[in-house]
Amino acid sequence: MEYYLQTPIPKTEVKKLKVGDVIYITGIIVTARDEAHKKALEFNEMGKKLPIDFKGLGVFHCGPIMRKTSKGWVTVAAGPTTSDRMEIFEDKFIEAFQPAVLIGKGGMGDNTGKACQKYACVYTAFTGGAALLAAKRIESVKDVFWLEELGMPECLWVYEVNDFGPLIVTIDTHGENLTTKVANGVRLRRDKIMEEMK
Amino acid sequence: MSLSKTIEDTTVELLKIAATELPEEYTHEIERLSSEMKGDVGKSQLKAILENVEIARKNSWPICQDTGVVNFFVKIGDDFPIKSKLKEILYNATRRATIEIPLRPNSVDMLKGNTNDNTAEPYIPTINFELTSGNELEIIAMPKGGGSSNVAAHRMLKPGLGMRGVKNFVIEAVANAGSLGCPPYFVGVGVGGNEDICMLLAKKALLKPFKVRNSNPKIGSIEDELLGKINLLGIGAMGLGEGPTALDLHIELAARHPASLPVGVVISCWAFRHAKAIVKPNGDVIIKKSS
Repeated sequence: MEYYLQTPIPKTEVKKLKVGDVIYITGIIVTARDEAHKKALEFNEMGKKLPIDFKGLGVFHCGPIMRKTSKGWVTVAAGPTTSDRMEIFEDKFIEAFQPAVLIGKGGMGDNTGKACQKYACVYTAFTGGAALLAAKRIESVKDVFWLEELGMPECLWVYEVNDFGPLIVTIDTHGENLTTKVANGVRLRRDKIMEEMK
Repeated sequence: MSLSKTIEDTTVELLKIAATELPEEYTHEIERLSSEMKGDVGKSQLKAILENVEIARKNSWPICQDTGVVNFFVKIGDDFPIKSKLKEILYNATRRATIEIPLRPNSVDMLKGNTNDNTAEPYIPTINFELTSGNELEIIAMPKGGGSSNVAAHRMLKPGLGMRGVKNFVIEAVANAGSLGCPPYFVGVGVGGNEDICMLLAKKALLKPFKVRNSNPKIGSIEDELLGKINLLGIGAMGLGEGPTALDLHIELAARHPASLPVGVVISCWAFRHAKAIVKPNGDVIIKKSS
């Protein structure tokens, strides 16, 4: 199935999505990778308010190339980064900030899967390396936070997007995880290949 | 124009070509595999890759936002007039390329954080110098993304395991890489040497001519065998289970200690970016875009 979603995305909409569905997002997505996740969770622990409310938005695992022009920031290239690095704290991030959609590449693990199920969030994959296709769907840069401190790849870029996608749902709210399924198959075939090899 | 300036300009140009133009033989191979494969999900990934490569080439924009850490492989001829100053020239070129292309600032000093210009002492950019005969300078620029570098693997095998142990380790390394490093992959394998040489060989193996097998027929057939088996793993394009897992694989050998069988596996994402130039003492430059 194909879905066109508008942020903030209600949980009822998120729960409709299933692994293998293709979605397109219009509205707001915010980049956050290793350092931004860490800092946001530190804020949460200290009871400090984040500069942006992630509720119902897309969280984009991405460290873009940005260029500052006289008219403001322009996105040069903005493909997804490897999401697996965020596996160590994504469940806590989902619990604390309740985003609707995670966007990245390479898939995520069981902890994220459980949090997705519990708090109605999905993980979606954008083609890794297709940074210019992604940049084309970004209409404008609405804001940027933590740039000075974390630097261009790690800070929070707030993007206004139009039909951002195609995004393939690989973790849904029903306990399905396409990446885990593929990885299990790979392990079985690996063992067979290694056994047969002379 | 001074020879130093020629080298600097040429290096900026190499970085630009590498970041923005995927070698055509890779594009053609992805096109071929896309037309042959079944499965809409896998096909959609290859289609996105090809579209993205086309936009990059047309506009001279970086293919991927992760423009990597720059690796230089440099051969200096005995009679080439500039030698130790080359390091400074390559650093300057990298700083300029960061602004002019632009490249993403990817150099993180362990204590001070991101230096914002893609250079940070020591080792960023990474430069491998080799001395050769003749009067020319050869520079290969190879920016390499973090995602696929993170899935490199190394092991000191027991020599008794022989080539079978090596083959198993390569299969294991690629299976472990799974979806994480943006497949379809290029796989470089280094066998022998020692704990560091096998990794350097594995990285250099990536740069060997596309689909040209090792000149030793025994090693060449192992390359074919491993590439075939890796493509049976079912990782697929972007790890979604459909389409190709690897586009090519090369093995490089070195002699070893009798008690050691070092193996290194270095993996590149589908966006394997590199460009080469020869600079002559009179300032003439030849640039090579393909492998």
